[in-house]
Amino acid sequence: MSTHAHGDHHVDHGHDHGHDDHGHPAGAHGTFGSYMIGFVLSVILTVIPFWLVMNGTLDNTTTTVVILALAVVQIIVHMVYFLHMNGRAEGGWSMLAMIFTIVVVVIMFSGSLWVMYHMNHNMMPGMTPDMSKMP
Amino acid sequence: MTTTVEAMHGSHAGHDTPRDATPPVFYVRDEHAHEAASTALGFWIYLMSDCLIFAVLFATYGVLGASYAGGPTAKELFDLPLVALNTSMLLLSSITYGFAMLAMEKGRTAQTQGWLAITLLFGLAFLGIELYEFAHLIHEGAGPWRSAFLSAFFTLVGTHGLHVTFGSVWLVTLMVQVARRGLIPANRRRLMCLSMFWHFLDVIWIGVFTYVYLMGALR
Repeated sequence: MSTHAHGDHHVDHGHDHGHDDHGHPAGAHGTFGSYMIGFVLSVILTVIPFWLVMNGTLDNTTTTVVILALAVVQIIVHMVYFLHMNGRAEGGWSMLAMIFTIVVVVIMFSGSLWVMYHMNHNMMPGMTPDMSKMP
Repeated sequence: MTTTVEAMHGSHAGHDTPRDATPPVFYVRDEHAHEAASTALGFWIYLMSDCLIFAVLFATYGVLGASYAGGPTAKELFDLPLVALNTSMLLLSSITYGFAMLAMEKGRTAQTQGWLAITLLFGLAFLGIELYEFAHLIHEGAGPWRSAFLSAFFTLVGTHGLHVTFGSVWLVTLMVQVARRGLIPANRRRLMCLSMFWHFLDVIWIGVFTYVYLMGALR
C-alpha cells in the first residue's frame, strides 16, 4: 500500500511539474500577440506625454494631470501585458502583495508631500534669515 | 510548505500486528511540485519591497524637487529628446526580453540567446545614455552636491540605473548559464525571475520620466 501511494504520488508530482513549467502565471502567460499589444500601447502612452510637454499645447496644470493619468495607465498596461499580473496568479497572493504595497506607497508618498508642503507653507517668513544670523 | 511526513504502520498498529517488519516509510510530499510558483511569489515580494525603496526616493524627490538653492532648475537642465531616446531604449529592451521568454517557452535555445543579447544591448545603450547625461550635468556644475533637488535627482535616477546595471550583469550570467546548461527548468525559472525584474524596472522608469523629467520640465 505504501509503495502504491508513493508511486501514485510521483505521477501527480510529474504532472504538476509539467503544468508549472508551461502554464506559469507570473512569467509565461504571454503570447506574441499580447506582448505586441502591450508594446504598441506603451509606445502610444509614452509618445503622448512627451509630445504634450515638448510642444506645450496645453497649460501646465492640465498637462500635469494628463501625463500623470497616462503614466498610471501605462503602469497598468505593463503590469498586465509584460508582468502578466492578474488576480489568479499565485492563488491571488501576488495581487494581494501588490495591493498592500500600493496602499503603503500611497500613504507614505501622499503623506510625505502633504506634511512637508504644509511645513514649508507654515514657516514664518522672517524665520529663515533670523535663524541664519544665529551663532 | 505542504510537507507531510507519513509513518507507515506506526505505533497504534504495531502492537498487535508484528508480521509487518518493514521499517516505517518517511517521505516528503510535494517536494518540488510548486517550486517555481513559490519562487515567483517570493521574487514578486522582493520586487514589492524594491518598490518601497523607489517610493521613498520618489517621495524625497517630491519634497525636495523644487529646492534649487539658487542653482539650475529642472527646466534648464533636462534634455527631453535625450530622455525620450533613453525611454525608447528601455521600452525596446522590455519587448525583446518578452520575445526571449516566448522563445524560451518554445524551447529554442539559440533564439532565446539572440533576444537576450539584443536586450542586453538595449540595456547597455540605456546605461550609456544615462551616464552621458550624468557626466554632462556634472560637467555643467550641476552635480548632486549643487542643491537638494540635484541630490534627490541623482539618488533616484542613479538607483534606477544601478538596478539596470545589476540586471545587465544578471542577464550576462544567465546567458552563460543557458549556453552551458541549455534551457533546463532551473534556468527557465531564473530567466522568469529576471523577466519580472526587467519589466519591473521599466515600470519604475515610467514613474521616473513622468514625475521627474516631464513634470520637472513643466515646473
